[in-house]
Amino acid sequence: MSKKYDTPMLDELEKGAFPSFVTEIKRAAAHSDMSNDLLGHTETCYKERVTHWKHGGIVGVRGYGGGVIGRYSDMPDKFPGVAHFHTVRLNSPSGFYYKADALVELCDLWDKYGSGLTNIHGSTGDLVFLGTRTENLEPFFAETSSRGWDLGGSGSALRTPSCCLGKSRCEWANIDTMAITNDITQHYQDEMHRPAFPYKFKFKVAGCACDCIASIARADMSIIGTWKGNIRVNQAEVANYAKTMNIQAEIIDMCPTGCMKLDGKELRIDNANCNRCMHCIAKMTKALRPGTEQGATLLLGSKAPIVTGALMSWVIVPFIKMEPPYEEFYELIDKIWEWWDENGKNRERIGELIERLSFPRFLKEVGLEPSPAMVKEPRRDPFFFWAEEDIER
Amino acid sequence: MEKEEVKKIIYALVEASTGKKKLKQSDILKKVSADHGIEKDEVKAALRDLVDAGTLIFTYFGGSFIEIPPK
Ligand code: HEM
Ligand code: HEM
Ligand code: SF4
Ligand code: SF4
Repeated sequence: MSKKYDTPMLDELEKGAFPSFVTEIKRAAAHSDMSNDLLGHTETCYKERVTHWKHGGIVGVRGYGGGVIGRYSDMPDKFPGVAHFHTVRLNSPSGFYYKADALVELCDLWDKYGSGLTNIHGSTGDLVFLGTRTENLEPFFAETSSRGWDLGGSGSALRTPSCCLGKSRCEWANIDTMAITNDITQHYQDEMHRPAFPYKFKFKVAGCACDCIASIARADMSIIGTWKGNIRVNQAEVANYAKTMNIQAEIIDMCPTGCMKLDGKELRIDNANCNRCMHCIAKMTKALRPGTEQGATLLLGSKAPIVTGALMSWVIVPFIKMEPPYEEFYELIDKIWEWWDENGKNRERIGELIERLSFPRFLKEVGLEPSPAMVKEPRRDPFFFWAEEDIER
Repeated sequence: MEKEEVKKIIYALVEASTGKKKLKQSDILKKVSADHGIEKDEVKAALRDLVDAGTLIFTYFGGSFIEIPPK
């Protein structure tokens, strides 16, 4: 297809060192009317400084309440290619592993049923297919589901869980992130496809505190691998590092809890005071390894600033074994969701609800023991509280 | 209660609130369960049948709702 629109404002976004979505849309426009009209539509939005997208309405295929995000242009006569421009989310596999031929096949299907534009992966994790018409939703779903794919989450539902690649490639993984993510996905199919929550809920699973999936800032529940007991130290390797590294400056002085010291050539760790931040282990990979009693810390509450400001997750369970069938974990999740369902307002995330009703009340009603590890953020420990019955008068 | 009965109750509830107040899935579960003394899971199963059949659909307007599909 030849160029249909002049786009001086969009063209500005092709300049500079970074990859440009404008360049990609132009490439797609060479063989897609939808992408061509998308350029014209977007340029108009920029020029008039107002969005011409309408959203909402249609959300899925038959039987599903999510997975499709409805978008319509309010200038369908001018830009018929984007009169409908719905997004389809497909559930990404744990750890984001694909065979190349599967990706090629999906892209071919999207050239056939949609704009040809994709976003792999969206911030939520899913494979995001941008731009299709309502009548193409069912056929695209039929083609993909017959090849083993399923829609991801959207709306007031469980969103597609995601994780770091964990034990498949990383020696620091304290939990099997991929197995856990897959289990959560299968366990909560109903919660994902039939929205029943006050608002969205996300799980992200990281194998250790390096948190390569950024779960602490992006998931209502962050599951982060950790260990109990002592960091394993190989003193011979410590001595080797001493030849090339200033251990005092780069490791010991940067330990957030000040729990390490050098004793001659030997590294000593006061493990009771270590908060398992991973700094020393990530720097001295050959000398230090996590302890052997492995599990996860569960954190709750993070979200981006949509209705109110951004929140980070904070600890609600300092240590839990994360092994199949994850009974204790699922029992807790069900209790948390029940509490949210009872008390949450429409569009209120779990973290906001806890802020509104108070953390002590959350702990009490969900049945969790307060603990000093429940640090909301450095220097704000919300765990000191007394209930009426604790006070002797 | 028979599932077909529950389905009728749910449909009537959604129909009555059309144009007045959009209902969320949890609104329906709470209301039908409280009014008729049936378990939420039972209401959920009936609602699921209705959605699977396309008699009711999920919509999204700043939140997910259950509605009668447009003609
Ligand atoms: C010019 C005067 C002061 C400055 C610049 C100052 C600065 C600081 C700083 C930077 C911190 C560390 C905060 C953190 O780690 O998050 C701190 C902590 C603290 N300050 Fe001050 N401060 C001053 C005066 C005082 C005075 C007069 C008192 C008490 C009478 C005081 C009591 C404390 C206490 C109790 C802590 C907490 C220590 C902890 O939790 O580890 N400060 N101050
Ligand atoms: C019975 C008396 C007191 C009790 C029970 C008490 C209790 C506490 C508690 C529980 C914290 C929070 C600690 C944390 O989150 O890490 C705190 C922080 C603090 N207290 Fe007190 N406190 C008392 C008296 C005082 C007095 C008299 C001062 C100053 C003259 C003071 C200055 C501070 C400061 C500056 C902080 C903030 C530390 C920070 O943010 O790092 N406190 N106090
Ligand atoms: S979060 Fe930890 S376990 Fe996961 S990939 Fe990153 S370093 Fe490895
Ligand atoms: S893991 Fe972090 S807190 Fe623990 S010893 Fe190493 S640097 Fe210190």
